[in-house]
Amino acid sequence: MATIQVDGRSYEVDGKDNLLQACLTLGFDLPYFCWHPALGSVGACRQCAVKQYRDADDTQGALVMACMVPAADGSRISIEDEQAREFRASVIEWLMVHHPHDCPVCEEGGHCHLQDMTVMTGHSRRRYRFRKRTHRNQYLGPFIAHEMNRCITCYRCVRFYRDYAGGEDLGAFGANDNVYFGRHREGVLENEFSGNLTEVCPTGVFTDRTHSERYTRKWDLQFAPSVCHQCSVGCNISPGERYGDIRRIENRYHGEVNRFFLCDRGRFGYGYVNRDDRPRRPEWHGETEETVTLDVDEALDRGADALREARRVIGIGSPRASLESNDQLRELVGQANFSTGIAEREQVCLTRMRRLNRDAGLPTPTLRDVESHDAILVLGEDLIQSAARLGLSVRQAVLARRERLAEARGIPAWNAEAVMTLAQDARHPLFVAYPTATGLDDVADRCLRQAPDDIARLGFAVAHAIDVKAPAVEGIDESTKATAEHIAETLLAAKRPLVISGGSLESTAIIEASGNIARALATRGRRGGLMLVRREANSTGVELLGSRPLEWALDELTRGAADAVVVLENDLHQRLPSGRVERALSAARTVIVLDHQRTSIWERADLGLPAASFAEGDGTLVSLEGRAQRFFQVFEPRYHRPETRIHQGWRWLQALRASLKRRAVPDVTLDAVTRDCARHHPALAGIVEASPSADQRVSGLKLARQPHRYSGRTAMRAHLDVSEPRPPQDPDTPFTFSMEGYYGFDRPRREVPFAWAPGWNSPQAWNKFTDEVGGHLRGGDPGVRLLEPTEDIGDYVNEIPPPFTSGVGEWQVVVLPRLFGGEETSSRATPIMARAAAVRLHLSEEDARRLEAEEGDTLVVETSLTRLSLPLRVDTTLPSGLVGVPAGLEAALVTGDRAWLSLAPEGEEEPP
Amino acid sequence: MFTSLISGTWSQLRTLGMVFLHAFRRRETVNYPDEEVYLPPRFRGRIVLTRDPDGEERCVACNLCAVACPVDCIALEKGEKEDGRWYPSSFRINFSRCIYCGMCEEACPTSAIQLTPDFEMSEYRRQDLVYEKEDLQIDGPGKDHDYHFYKVAGLAIAGKDKGQGPDEAAPVDVKTLLP
Repeated sequence: MATIQVDGRSYEVDGKDNLLQACLTLGFDLPYFCWHPALGSVGACRQCAVKQYRDADDTQGALVMACMVPAADGSRISIEDEQAREFRASVIEWLMVHHPHDCPVCEEGGHCHLQDMTVMTGHSRRRYRFRKRTHRNQYLGPFIAHEMNRCITCYRCVRFYRDYAGGEDLGAFGANDNVYFGRHREGVLENEFSGNLTEVCPTGVFTDRTHSERYTRKWDLQFAPSVCHQCSVGCNISPGERYGDIRRIENRYHGEVNRFFLCDRGRFGYGYVNRDDRPRRPEWHGETEETVTLDVDEALDRGADALREARRVIGIGSPRASLESNDQLRELVGQANFSTGIAEREQVCLTRMRRLNRDAGLPTPTLRDVESHDAILVLGEDLIQSAARLGLSVRQAVLARRERLAEARGIPAWNAEAVMTLAQDARHPLFVAYPTATGLDDVADRCLRQAPDDIARLGFAVAHAIDVKAPAVEGIDESTKATAEHIAETLLAAKRPLVISGGSLESTAIIEASGNIARALATRGRRGGLMLVRREANSTGVELLGSRPLEWALDELTRGAADAVVVLENDLHQRLPSGRVERALSAARTVIVLDHQRTSIWERADLGLPAASFAEGDGTLVSLEGRAQRFFQVFEPRYHRPETRIHQGWRWLQALRASLKRRAVPDVTLDAVTRDCARHHPALAGIVEASPSADQRVSGLKLARQPHRYSGRTAMRAHLDVSEPRPPQDPDTPFTFSMEGYYGFDRPRREVPFAWAPGWNSPQAWNKFTDEVGGHLRGGDPGVRLLEPTEDIGDYVNEIPPPFTSGVGEWQVVVLPRLFGGEETSSRATPIMARAAAVRLHLSEEDARRLEAEEGDTLVVETSLTRLSLPLRVDTTLPSGLVGVPAGLEAALVTGDRAWLSLAPEGEEEPP
Repeated sequence: MFTSLISGTWSQLRTLGMVFLHAFRRRETVNYPDEEVYLPPRFRGRIVLTRDPDGEERCVACNLCAVACPVDCIALEKGEKEDGRWYPSSFRINFSRCIYCGMCEEACPTSAIQLTPDFEMSEYRRQDLVYEKEDLQIDGPGKDHDYHFYKVAGLAIAGKDKGQGPDEAAPVDVKTLLP
């Protein structure tokens, strides 16, 4: 701690900070541009000037850039000093000299850091009357729009894109007054975190293109605290709604999870919520082919009648639905008839991972904590594709060596340029074992491209090298042994080693290998971590419900042991071969589907009930670190589209259960179903605490979902009826569907729908909500962790697979996760479809030669279950004997399957 | 008592006389609707959306009028034309809520929304007071005859490339090293 004097008053601050951080943490409004809590200081923009005095006798003082001066004990500064104020005002005036006059048509307007800072310094009239510099724009892909005229050359974009996220295709070009930020030529921004440029850029150079088509100012959006449903990381998001559509996803600061950044799938993958073909009313697909849309009561009656007639009803849950919905389904059909809806091979992996989280001896770090590990081994995961935001944290962990080196020389960590220059290419060790190239290879020490079984063997060998009591790998070759020993030594030498693995390759051997390494490290007393990646938003949570896999449910139906099925938010065709699913569904007399998408199962159902997506419903998810987090309804769909009958899955199921028992449908609230779920499952007892209950009030007020400037309330639905209805009431949450309620920052709260503070309209307003800039939310970070390790370390597992050998004329399938297009819901969003790379079959150079196939030739891949033809991509990193198939294409292709490849006969083209 | 009776009666009679004399004074009221009312040019009445001197829609759907409106009776949605201009794909004013304060006109950065001296908007049904864009859009520039936002905004639209506006330099060539 250090004591500094600001404008004559003394304050306690963290001495490791710079003056700007210290001032912002203290709550002063000091303007800045180039500094960012996650990117550090470079002193480029000269905006944060303050007066610094040597001692009490110094009346003259000197102007310094607050971001470049340490908050040393005894510092005396003045923010309000006349000279400092004038200096800051003139810096803004210079920055605005070339700034275009296009705020009305700028997508940043209203949440623009440059606007905020201009107002803060008091600059209001342009005195410069000469010609303005202009720039040409570039096409940067479906996610990001570019308007270079607005640039103030703060360099934040390239510092984030290149130095933080590891992108290579965005740079600063030109010299002196002509500096240009863009690509060397037009094209799609390749980095998976490009969306953060829209928040990192303090002005409107990079804006959200997916939002632009139906743009709405930030003050007109209705927000709710939500959790991203697009992978298992559980990043916190603030979706913004207007006129019944989600318009934009903003990052919601969480001090332990995503902090300032999201991946592009999370930010731009929301389009499925707005699809025109979404089911919005219950549908009855009778025997007469014709679809009848129903009202709620009719739908419940028909559903209840059908279920009442059934001998036995099977319930199929979903890892993309909330815990509450899954639990209500389980209540409806009974524990003995409930399936998680996860395919067996995946569920086995999930169960193993849950056990390891408890008894491998090492805790699961949070994403923020991942960044403080100093040696990382990734077994069988391409993190950038399967859990992108975690990959970004791993990158920071690897780059954090710079800060260690700087610390040893007394350079503060925030001094970004000095730290980078000092460290050059010095990095913490990262080892990645994966069948093909991964997104983290550029910062990895060693990339081991191996078949899944060999990755597992390597993992077991590492465990053995760390602790001889761990089972040894028989018949291991010398080079693998040497590699394993090198990895083991590196992990042991580290202060905090981290092992990351997961279910992407659906190999229990890999997961157990990582478990053995964790146990070995724990036995040797290392304070490390074990991170296990799951596939979907609620995979961890649904596994904790502890039920049978999807295959069991289908078999019960197929063999006639049950004749009705209720499927909850789950497109079964994405999980198991279509033939098997179809057989089961045709054996069932009644199929009831709840979903928010028109999936192939929905079309197949007798009764379809329109469930809420994350935007229209509330619920709880458990992320890969075992953190239960609540997501809240963003808007009430009936307000703008009165004909819709969308309800949360749990609400439908509760009502269906009541109808089935011929009881009146009770008024059920989120808190009640959450409590029920927690009571039914001891492992989930903590979820009640995941967020405040509906009766939380701040100064007697509920919390506002809408900013206080929300406009058009008396006109936006006036074409339907000039008499405005009462705003929708929300009995489930502490939030209101209006601007009435608390929206400020000075009373700490955990769930913040949107960040706004007086004078701070941009995402930089989050600094007002944290205990220190880049720290934790003052009201506590949302969520509770459910999976903490127990004291006893489990026994080593000896399930070492034999080494991989490629058969003659036979390949092993490896399903490769894809960030864009590899996930069920986000791949229904237009921008994600546009961004997804063309699907290709990956094959090694040697194998391609053996097949006499060339890049782009159509190949047929055949397994015992399916046949698929795809163009070939010669993958120089893939070991021979493996064939890589992109995820999300064909559920019948599973990692580990044997496959036969052949060149497609003339005339057979790939399917569209 | 007698004097007060006298003076009271006189006062009554005088008043009656004065009132009677008013019948011969000039009228202050107007025989509306038979006679037209004079309204000063700055009178704030019915709101219109104007066009720029080239005849294009002036409104760029920036939403500032909507946020300035104290009764929140303006709602609009942004659209984008093929030439790159922003325009309101829908624009709705609920005149049954409007208080004709003129804050929208004050906030408008493109002189698009203007209040006119027309107040004759009465309807029998309140629903008919909801004006959509086609009811609001007029064909002229209104009070501001010259302003043309896209000429000064710096944005490139079809027919006006970067650098072609007044006070705009030609786009920077990033490959040159000359100062």
